[in-house]
Amino acid sequence: MTQSRTLTQKDRGRINDRAFWLLCVTAGVAVLGILAAILVSTIQQSWPALSNAGANGFFTSTGWDPNVGKYGILAFMFGTVVVSLIAVLFAVPVSIGIALFLTELAHRRVKAVVVTLIDLLASVPSVVFGLWGLYVFSSWTKPLYEWLHDTLGGIPVIGALFGSVTGLNFMTAGLILAVMIIPIITSITREVFDTVPAADKQAAWALGATKWEMIRGAVLPHSFGGIVGAVMLGLGRAMGETVAVALVIGAAIQVTPNLFAPGYTIPAAIVNLFGESSGEFTAALIGMGVVLFVLTIAINLLAQVVVRRAEIRMKGAVA
Amino acid sequence: MTTMQSAVATNGHAAVTRASLRRGALPLRRRAMDILSKVLMSISLLVAIVPLILVIFYVIQKGAGLLSWDFLTEDIVASPRRTGGGMGPAVAGTLLITGIASLIAIPLGLLGAIYLNEYGRNNALARFIRVMADVMTGVPSIVMALFIYIAVVLTMREKTGLAASLALAALMLPVVLRSSEEMLKLVPDELRQASAALGSRRWKTTLSVVLPAAISGITSGVMLAIARAAGETTPIVVCAGIAYGISWDPMVEQTALPAQIFVNAALPFAPAVERAWGAALTLMIIVLVFTIAARVVASRFAIKNR
Repeated sequence: MTQSRTLTQKDRGRINDRAFWLLCVTAGVAVLGILAAILVSTIQQSWPALSNAGANGFFTSTGWDPNVGKYGILAFMFGTVVVSLIAVLFAVPVSIGIALFLTELAHRRVKAVVVTLIDLLASVPSVVFGLWGLYVFSSWTKPLYEWLHDTLGGIPVIGALFGSVTGLNFMTAGLILAVMIIPIITSITREVFDTVPAADKQAAWALGATKWEMIRGAVLPHSFGGIVGAVMLGLGRAMGETVAVALVIGAAIQVTPNLFAPGYTIPAAIVNLFGESSGEFTAALIGMGVVLFVLTIAINLLAQVVVRRAEIRMKGAVA
Repeated sequence: MTTMQSAVATNGHAAVTRASLRRGALPLRRRAMDILSKVLMSISLLVAIVPLILVIFYVIQKGAGLLSWDFLTEDIVASPRRTGGGMGPAVAGTLLITGIASLIAIPLGLLGAIYLNEYGRNNALARFIRVMADVMTGVPSIVMALFIYIAVVLTMREKTGLAASLALAALMLPVVLRSSEEMLKLVPDELRQASAALGSRRWKTTLSVVLPAAISGITSGVMLAIARAAGETTPIVVCAGIAYGISWDPMVEQTALPAQIFVNAALPFAPAVERAWGAALTLMIIVLVFTIAARVVASRFAIKNR
């Protein structure tokens, strides 16, 4: 009697264990399922637009007029690239500076405060940045842009970047985005700096290096790969950012070197136009979503490979 | 490298006469570079902090005048030109949509994290899930919104609050998963071994020993994820539709604060823009409360590292 009871208890325990394992595996695999479902369903829905992309010039034409069935997304892709490049260009030096400040300069107390502030910056909703950019920031930057246009606009080649100023433009969108991606680049760069072996730093100190010389000789060379990865993750974020850009970019479909001209990006176009679209128009917008999805996934995967490879090399250096 | 070699040379030379390790003994150029680098680091910190302060300042300045109990509870006026009305449906919608999203994403993310850290560890599937979860974190919210639109809104033939919840849940899932896994990783193995030595099975050990040990870190990560989700705009705009009255039914069209900010900000009417600032202040308060609470939970109940 007693023997059979312990047996059933044991069995029940084993069944519970298997059931719990199954539950956990299912939850883990859900991530894979969702990603696959996104890819399949979006491609399927946008097939009417993507299937004859070559003939319609989906990727190669700037002609966009849903009324007559013209869907060329080149101007949107151009805008996305320009805005994210501006964002990365401004955010990267600042983020590296903050990360160095946190790892090499700040006292423990100051560090805690700064980390909290950067966390707060990360948690400000993007739509609030957009609202602020639209009604406050853009009116501040306009005189600056006009001054840049007056002083640099006349120079050949480079002058084309500083054309006549419109209120909402690529530059404003890029700057707002830069502020928004600073937290993510900072946090990854900081993790990378933290892995620099103490021995390398002490070696630099022992040679009589100043703090800056120690950073240049020991910290930066060691962290190069990780920084590249962080920058790419920031780039991925910038490309996908939607509402803040939609509010401040000015919604003009054009390809122009002028950074002070209004433009459009892929996510901004989707969120602005999706409500009023139907049929092939919707398919084209979802097709733009597929392009964005594939681009961000490619950048993210590449960034992870770079970071991971840099990590392995760093661990090798410690051993 | 050359500067370091020269540093050796000057120090070696100085040792013969009289070793001076004082800062003043450094050549001016090296000292200037050092000071310049520190100044630049501090400036870059300011470049990030100043916009944060400015955004918070302006949201308070322009939104505080509107914020009142009526604003938080009254219905949205049907015509955006008119003044008055409130954000009641948007506040309710934000709570409802984010709440349902949390109810879906937190258990799923937590179970997934348990799989990764307690079962999968470093096998091929676990490593693959980890990489894909990181990729999923980078999926733009607009893509997630389109996916749910296709998968849910098109099949149910109507926009609903639930659809927006599902999109938010999909955005939260990888964040909850990875942050919870990091916290489970911090639980010392001795606790698991002690529990196993007492004869408990894996699931019992996990639920009664490992999870309680990591719960504060997990809670803090989860709260940050909720704060992020509450500020997401695109899933609401694309999947939730519009509403002018308060409703707690997830199966009908809903609205939420971020969507109201987005829509009103783009309108050329002063009362609408004013409402956008009021909604922005409300949203900021919700998000900041969650973010700061997460910090407090994390620091107050942190696992002591061995």
